[in-house]
Amino acid sequence: MEQKKQIYQPRTLETQLPFSWKRLFFQWEWMLLLILVAVMLFGSYVSPYFFNYPSLRDGTMVFLDKALIVFPMAMIMIMRDIDISVGSTVALSSVVMASLYTTAGLPMEVAIVACLVTGAVCGLINGLLIVKFKELSAVIVTLGTMILYRGIAYIILEDQAAGGFPEWFGFFGWGYVFGIPFLLIVFAAFAIVFGILLHQTTFGRKVFAIGNNPTASRFSGVRVDRIKVIVFMLAGLLAAITAIFLTSRMGSTRPNIATMYELDIIAMAALGGVSTAGGKGRVLGVVIAVFIIGYLQYGLGLINMPSQLFLIIVGALLILSVAIPKLGSMIKRK
Amino acid sequence: MENKVAHAENTKKNMLTLFYQFRELGLLFFIILLCIGVQMRNPSFLTGENILDLATNTSILVILSLGMMIVLITRGIDLSIGAVIALSGMLTAQLVAANPSINPLLCLLFGTIIGAVCGMVIGLLIARVGLLPIIATLALMNIFRGLTFLVSDGEWVSSYQMSEGFVALAGGSFLGINHLIWVAVVFCLVFFYFLNYTRTGRQIYAVGSNPQSAAVSGIRQGRILLLVYTIMGGLSGLCGVLWVSKFASAQGDTASGYELTVIAACILGGVSIAGGSGKLAGVLLGAILLGILNNALPLLNVSPFWQNGIQGFIILLAVIVNVIVKRRVDRTHLLRRAG
Repeated sequence: MEQKKQIYQPRTLETQLPFSWKRLFFQWEWMLLLILVAVMLFGSYVSPYFFNYPSLRDGTMVFLDKALIVFPMAMIMIMRDIDISVGSTVALSSVVMASLYTTAGLPMEVAIVACLVTGAVCGLINGLLIVKFKELSAVIVTLGTMILYRGIAYIILEDQAAGGFPEWFGFFGWGYVFGIPFLLIVFAAFAIVFGILLHQTTFGRKVFAIGNNPTASRFSGVRVDRIKVIVFMLAGLLAAITAIFLTSRMGSTRPNIATMYELDIIAMAALGGVSTAGGKGRVLGVVIAVFIIGYLQYGLGLINMPSQLFLIIVGALLILSVAIPKLGSMIKRK
Repeated sequence: MENKVAHAENTKKNMLTLFYQFRELGLLFFIILLCIGVQMRNPSFLTGENILDLATNTSILVILSLGMMIVLITRGIDLSIGAVIALSGMLTAQLVAANPSINPLLCLLFGTIIGAVCGMVIGLLIARVGLLPIIATLALMNIFRGLTFLVSDGEWVSSYQMSEGFVALAGGSFLGINHLIWVAVVFCLVFFYFLNYTRTGRQIYAVGSNPQSAAVSGIRQGRILLLVYTIMGGLSGLCGVLWVSKFASAQGDTASGYELTVIAACILGGVSIAGGSGKLAGVLLGAILLGILNNALPLLNVSPFWQNGIQGFIILLAVIVNVIVKRRVDRTHLLRRAG
């Protein structure tokens, strides 16, 4: 009698796999790079103004502010959660900042600090609710706070616009440092910080561990609750930083800014290879995905393509990016 | 003496359990309190006219919540319904504008079919390709919204382009009660029968409460998921026609963000997003509560800018209270078993 031997392979975390050439070449980031090259070719094909350094550089200002939130969102999605309240958090922190400056007459520096605090508190509330009431999924909690935060923004400013910021505030939106947009530098800095945080620190490993198996990581001593709260707070904080850049670039703010941001951000993260099923994702992929979507939008804008077409393209990209790996494994199984 | 205390505690626990089992009663109680409060501030609230008005305005929300309930029961979510409403509404409005003599009922059918096809695409992506519902519907929301703008070229279809018969779809009344209310009532009855007394209806619950055991017991999960999203799409398509007929205008951003209101109604009604549970009565009450808030806040002279905040606060409060009550119930169950 022969007994079938089952070999259990221990599941290793993505961050700990040994080096292999095969994996180096067969990974999602190469695919994304190819798409990015295609977008660049497409852009320079449709418009002669696309492929030159100043226009590529200034084009980033249009899409990079919302892209800042994609880093903590990737962490949240790796932990199997989701945060759909980030757009509302942007609006609320922007409105708080603007009304403190214009109505309350506080100095702009104080208003900026208040903006950051507002964002962090919004994230903290999300995190605490999710951790204290584990029966509720993150979708429900952030759905509620999404309506609530936007509602508070409306209560504060009604349907008014608030603006008239000091001149130096415009630097955030329009400023250059050594010929490079300030926003691009900030984005690069955050990409490096989050890349190190997620892939090189124990904190990042714990985030992956939670996404792979929340229960097991809790029993192996990972402080799941604390990490979740910290990551949701980071999302709120980066939403507030986004609010500063966005408000600066627009010169004024309204309660209805940044609507549907959460969807764009989730789309960027998913295209970048972050799985909403948890435990998978890399900052590098997310960064490439941001530039793919951003430059695609920029290129289509140059040739006056209706922005509605862009909606369709992002939707199709999102489906393809998630479906291709699934289809591949489906074919392999057959 | 000891017996008496134990007895008293038992009844207390039983009351709690009873309350949880009929959590709809709690919601109903809250709605009644709210109504009394509003009525005391503004006596024109509980008049026949206003109640009919309220019901008419809530009907579309009720119909959509029924569909969203079955999607949520299967552990799914559908974020695309606002876009499907816009797409089917726009196409139907263009159809009416091109042929004013078309039978209004044919328009309803046309819109429903468009919606059902949209839903079927979503269902195929989720059931066959295995995409997560939130990602698939998010992507298709973008695509449907984009298609709506493309087919309309950014133009509106306004009331003067619509035939009288078409506008009467949502504006007319039968026996003094608006058509929309009739449609909502019919759908509630159909769904009640479908969910509780048909095999497919029970299978929807089975798939949501435990997918593995449902698969083992021979339920074809893929089919159920496909069915659920097709129904949701069909209902959104129908509501798209009704929406356009009611507001007598079709535009690209029709019903934008409405999916959140519908999901909120379901969650208020006690549908768990983790799947497997949800009652029609609860969803109905959840939708009615939102409808009352929309109707009553202007009557109370509450600034419209407070509306969002109040709505969000009530949703959060309701789900949190629900969790707390459920925890206490579970604990008393455990204690009883231990004792």
